[in-house]
Amino acid sequence: MTALMLLAVMLILGLIAFFLGRSRSFAQVGGDIRKLHSLPSHYGWHAALMTVLPALGVLILWLVIQPMVMQRQITPMLSPAAQADATAFTLAMDDVRRVADGLDRAVVAGVMTAPEAAAFGTDPTADMAQLHDKLGEVGVALGADLAPETLTAAQAYRDLAGTGAMARMIVVGIAALAGLIFALRATKADLRARNRVERILLGGLMLASSIAILTTIGIVWSMFSESLAFFRQYPIQDFLFGLTWSPNFKGGSELGFLPLLWGTLYISIIAMIVAVPLGLFTAIYLSEYATPRTRALVKPAVEVIAGIPTVVFGLFALITVGPLLRDWLAEPLGLGNSGSSVMTAGLVIGILNIPFVSSLADDILNAVPQTLRDGSYALGATSSETVKQVVLPAALPGIMGAVLMAASRAIGETMVVAMGAGAAAKLSLNPFEAMTTMTVKIVSQLTGDTDFAAPETLVAFALGMTLFVLTLGLNIAALKIVRKYKEQYE
Amino acid sequence: MTVAPMKGRSASILTAAPDMKRRNRAEARFRLYGVIAIAVSLSVLAFMLVTIFSDGISSFRQAKLAFPVTLDAGVLDPKGNGNRDEMTKVTTVGYGKVLAKSFLAALDAKGIDTTGLKDKEVGELISKEAAGDLRARVLADPALLGQTIDLVVLANGRIDGYLKGRVTMDSAKLDSNVSPEQLQLADRLSAAGLLDLHWNVAFFTKPDASDQRPEAAGLGVAILGSLYMMILVAVMCVPVGVAASIYLEEFAPKNRWTDLIEVNVSNLAAVPSIVYGILGLAVFINFAGLPQSSSLVGALVISLRTLPTVIIATRASIRAVPPSIRDAALGVGASKMQTVLHHVLPLAMPGILTGTILGLAVALGDTAPLLLIGMVAFVDNYPSLPVDGFLDPATALPVQVYSWATRSDPAFIERSNGAIIVLLVVLITMNLAAVLLRRKFERRW
Repeated sequence: MTALMLLAVMLILGLIAFFLGRSRSFAQVGGDIRKLHSLPSHYGWHAALMTVLPALGVLILWLVIQPMVMQRQITPMLSPAAQADATAFTLAMDDVRRVADGLDRAVVAGVMTAPEAAAFGTDPTADMAQLHDKLGEVGVALGADLAPETLTAAQAYRDLAGTGAMARMIVVGIAALAGLIFALRATKADLRARNRVERILLGGLMLASSIAILTTIGIVWSMFSESLAFFRQYPIQDFLFGLTWSPNFKGGSELGFLPLLWGTLYISIIAMIVAVPLGLFTAIYLSEYATPRTRALVKPAVEVIAGIPTVVFGLFALITVGPLLRDWLAEPLGLGNSGSSVMTAGLVIGILNIPFVSSLADDILNAVPQTLRDGSYALGATSSETVKQVVLPAALPGIMGAVLMAASRAIGETMVVAMGAGAAAKLSLNPFEAMTTMTVKIVSQLTGDTDFAAPETLVAFALGMTLFVLTLGLNIAALKIVRKYKEQYE
Repeated sequence: MTVAPMKGRSASILTAAPDMKRRNRAEARFRLYGVIAIAVSLSVLAFMLVTIFSDGISSFRQAKLAFPVTLDAGVLDPKGNGNRDEMTKVTTVGYGKVLAKSFLAALDAKGIDTTGLKDKEVGELISKEAAGDLRARVLADPALLGQTIDLVVLANGRIDGYLKGRVTMDSAKLDSNVSPEQLQLADRLSAAGLLDLHWNVAFFTKPDASDQRPEAAGLGVAILGSLYMMILVAVMCVPVGVAASIYLEEFAPKNRWTDLIEVNVSNLAAVPSIVYGILGLAVFINFAGLPQSSSLVGALVISLRTLPTVIIATRASIRAVPPSIRDAALGVGASKMQTVLHHVLPLAMPGILTGTILGLAVALGDTAPLLLIGMVAFVDNYPSLPVDGFLDPATALPVQVYSWATRSDPAFIERSNGAIIVLLVVLITMNLAAVLLRRKFERRW
């Protein structure tokens, strides 16, 4: 029985337990539910949870432990070469799994009968030839140089897996039944079933809320450990202060991070030059001048920009903005002939950050107390003077926070730069030249065939770590500023 | 005593002073900046949507050739016994020849002039995909052998481009894949009614195709992959997000741990999406050993990415339920848990649903993390049905947009724009659903 089927059976058992528990609580008090501590359904839930939860725990534990045990059992059967080397070992284990899985599939597809499959490999060298044909029929492709040991190991693997599945079914079944019997025996009129059920539920809610922390730990751990592996192979000062970026999978790469940082910052600066004035003036107009009707129309329209996936902006940069800038600005000015450029990516990221700046700034401007405006009007100031001399200075810290958040988004943007900025790491001031960013290099180093032992791959994790620290720093600073500012007026 | 009017002040309150005029002009200018900012943002948005729409809408129509095909049993079934296993030995090359022969015959019958073109070049007007399609059809129904059937087959991508105006006589002169003579033949074929643009259903159902056959590339696998991922995200992310919000909003004691969770949630919402891709690669693929490119890994990554959004939206709508509801429930003897599950949660449900749909819409468009977990790979097999299908390689709609955009043939750019239209239509539908839900259920307390 597969784990999934086992899970389904468990849930059905839980459902049965619910009704058993409920009817037993009725029976305990002769149908007079006023004498029960909790509602009958609580007794039902109690029984169901007691049936499902321990069994589920056992199942999960089993799923984690069984592969480890099996690996220990299989290892001695593999060829000595495979046992000696870690990479060869993983490959050999993959082969074993594939052959075992293929034999299972062949039985399901009817290419072999179950006893035939089990006897397959009693004479490994002779059966090897047949193996390719038989498994090929069910769509499992095998490498040509399969060792005969693999077949023996695969058969042992199948045996172990079969025994394991059987044992798993029995143990999980016993756990579920034991839970059920325990719950039914405990079902008495004075059992505090509601409290028990609610405590379990609360535990579940708590667990769900800690996933946010687990995610952060996961992010930090995954990047930190791989970055560490990278810095063991590549000196950290060369990474941080190197001026050349030229990865080469054959070795001898120079992985200087400064050109990427420069590209990232240059693009972000251009993006902010576009996004901040446009977003800020949009917000000022919407919060200070627009009639409620205009506001109700324009605000959602501007926010449509935020709802469009960034890959769409990437394509826009690639096929429209890039060629436009090249033909109308870069070539006439003699600044280059590249469609993808810092300017292209910067402009498009700027556009896509407008709604972000405008809605944050809008919230902040609206939080400035009306009394400040009224005081300014009373002294005879015009609206624009009020905005410039009273509202904006009052809102400045909050707006700074919004700008920092937008900057962190611009730095972390991937799709637009991947499609619009180019791939060459350069230290140049010409905005019409193709440059590249940290995010683009993370994508290019981690897609395709990757070798997770090479510094050229691992550098992506170091880049990711830097990116994470950079954006996190900006965000924490921004949140602090915004929060401090909010308190000022509350 | 008369006071000489001070500089910059008006003598009368009925006429504006020069200073006031200046200030009013500054006011009008300032206002104009706001209007300009809005106009720029909205016109760029409109410009982008218009270019994408005008470039992409043509991918919903496809050039196809219609002509009768004689399925020559001598070529397709050399042994002549209708045995399916032996017929599989005939490759698409054989079928290509049959198609080309029938095509030439059809041209002859219609009296279409093919001078200046070799037979092979005439045959090139038919897409390479057509032979494969025909082969699959004949193998599925060997009784067709020897018959003459009316067939509508894909035309070559360049011919398709010519009909849509992407390929011109000038560009064909520089193009090694198509010659101006072939385009002239295409003109004659259109006039004779053999070649026409047809509604392109295959764009929505067929899997991706290789670089040489843009005319056959479709979104089938991408749509399926995105659908699988959205199902999984909805199943994994929404319950966890709602549970976490309930805990944080209703039960969490004010302590360090709760503070830590709160800070985490708000920071995670701002982490660049690509970082989640790195997390997925390191944890789900390299550490847990889940299969690369599978919709399960994609959904896990996207779920983690969407979780903060869902939590923030859910908490806002739980907070919007007035405390009086809670007090009333507690007052008649409900437990804290009953109050929340029976009263607060149902009242917050419309808001939660709206926030969730919007979160899913963002999740659907997320691309960068999926690139890192291998969903950008070329997949031309449909993933199988769930649950096993969740582990099969798949792509997603936004990733397909990206991978087509990076191919060299401009025909793929058209497809990429077409894919965006499909993506945007889905997103608009989701957003509309959210707005309608909010309108219908929104309650002001």
